[in-house]
Amino acid sequence: MVETTPKNAIEVKNLDFYYGKFQGLKKINLNIQENAVTAFIGPSGCGKSTLLRTFNRMYSLYPGQHAEGEILFYGRNILEKSQDLNLLRAQIGMVFQKPTPFPMSIYDNIAFGIRLYENISRSEMDDRVESALQKAAIWNEVKDKLGQSGLSLSGGQQQRLCIARTVAVRPKVILLDEPTSALDPISTSKVEELINELKKEYTVAIVTHNMQQAARVSDFTAYMYLGDMIEFGVTEQIFFKPQRKETEDYITGRFG
Amino acid sequence: MDLGIYRRRQLVNFWGLLTSMLAMAIGLAVLFWILFVLFSNGFASLDWNMFTKDTPAPGTEGGGLRNAIVGSLMIVGLTVLVATPVGILAGIYMAEYGDTSLTANITRFVTDIMLSAPSIVIGLFVYAIAVATLGTFSGYAGSLALTLIAIPVVMRTTENMLRLVPGSLREAAFALGAPRWKVSMSVTLRAAKNGVITGLLLSVARISGETAPLLFTALNNQFFNSDMSSPMANLPVVIFQFAMSPYENWIRLAWGGALIVTMAVLLLNILARIFFRSKQTT
Repeated sequence: MVETTPKNAIEVKNLDFYYGKFQGLKKINLNIQENAVTAFIGPSGCGKSTLLRTFNRMYSLYPGQHAEGEILFYGRNILEKSQDLNLLRAQIGMVFQKPTPFPMSIYDNIAFGIRLYENISRSEMDDRVESALQKAAIWNEVKDKLGQSGLSLSGGQQQRLCIARTVAVRPKVILLDEPTSALDPISTSKVEELINELKKEYTVAIVTHNMQQAARVSDFTAYMYLGDMIEFGVTEQIFFKPQRKETEDYITGRFG
Repeated sequence: MDLGIYRRRQLVNFWGLLTSMLAMAIGLAVLFWILFVLFSNGFASLDWNMFTKDTPAPGTEGGGLRNAIVGSLMIVGLTVLVATPVGILAGIYMAEYGDTSLTANITRFVTDIMLSAPSIVIGLFVYAIAVATLGTFSGYAGSLALTLIAIPVVMRTTENMLRLVPGSLREAAFALGAPRWKVSMSVTLRAAKNGVITGLLLSVARISGETAPLLFTALNNQFFNSDMSSPMANLPVVIFQFAMSPYENWIRLAWGGALIVTMAVLLLNILARIFFRSKQTT
């Protein structure tokens, strides 16, 4: 794959995660390479979404959930108490399984995140909104109805709107939590093309139930099972020459 | 196959259906009876003077309800102005901030008690703290009593409506780095807007017919008065006093007032339904 000394955006070291007393993740270690797509696969309940939600500390919204170990984001441990969560989330964006447009216009859906951290003029804002929608490959479909409610769009368009909204705040990392599982095949392929575009500028981590999707879009793949990281490596290797029997069984459909 | 079991179930089903229909018919019949009596008496007594003349002195002819209508509007209006922000902010606290904390749980418990507190008790309470101490009945005291009734209603509906907003929407806003107050005000409250407005309208409907709390607070006033620091006429108390009077024109006005209050409440309920329905379509 990438031969020139790749840089890591996120380094996970000995991460344990607990839902109350239940341990959801066990001693996870992995690196997420900059400007690459890292996919997390595994059966339901294996902890792949849980892991993704530690990267932007989404779990901190819920009392009773906590993580131990280290997650280094460009060298800085984000699990430390002193970490400001709002600033962290502005740098590590997230797109969810179900499209979640805000109950406001398409324009304001994009501008919402920008306004949180930047005070820019109306014309600059127009440019930012346009470029975000362009990057999410939805500009042509919505450019004539920016004032309409984000809820008026189709499911696939709503999901690309959500990606545009995430891109608009210029994060370093984008986390995608099963972004296409609620979409039809055509919308899915549009989002997948988009992921390929996104990795030029952003580091992408994606959780998916769909193994073909992981094989199509990712550079690295992690296979997880029951809170353990079973195998992590270059996607081709995971899919064609898995080192562990468990991975092979899952990939070939004998399990899961 | 034992057809006997099936036949018996059919029979039980028939009787179940019949009794529930009967119960519904009784409920509806009573409601329509009330409305029929009210409409036939109310419309018969309704005329333009009702809106242009003030309540008549004992023994005088004619008269209207202008002072009572204006008084009711002012008292209820002030109540809405105070109860809306307090109720909505408290609802936001309970749904978005406090959640399962001790403070929120205690607040929720007290709110539920307040929701079922007899309104006459609230009237007496305000009488004790605001009327007896200041030495005068007043429109303000009336508004205070109604506000105490309205706040828990607004609080609870706001909280319930905010809880209906899917957690994923909240998370999506947090994921952009939005602070909690921004998430609450710009995203969840906005998503729950129609439900919250519905709650507001229903609370107004609830308080506009309240009589007991106003008897001890706003009292009544025979003359037109827009000064809320003195006793004020209002529809529920005027209806209460006029309906029990021996004067034929007073009784007529009481029917007219009852009709006006009922129509207003009906209108508010219809508006609330429209608002709540438009929520489902967007």
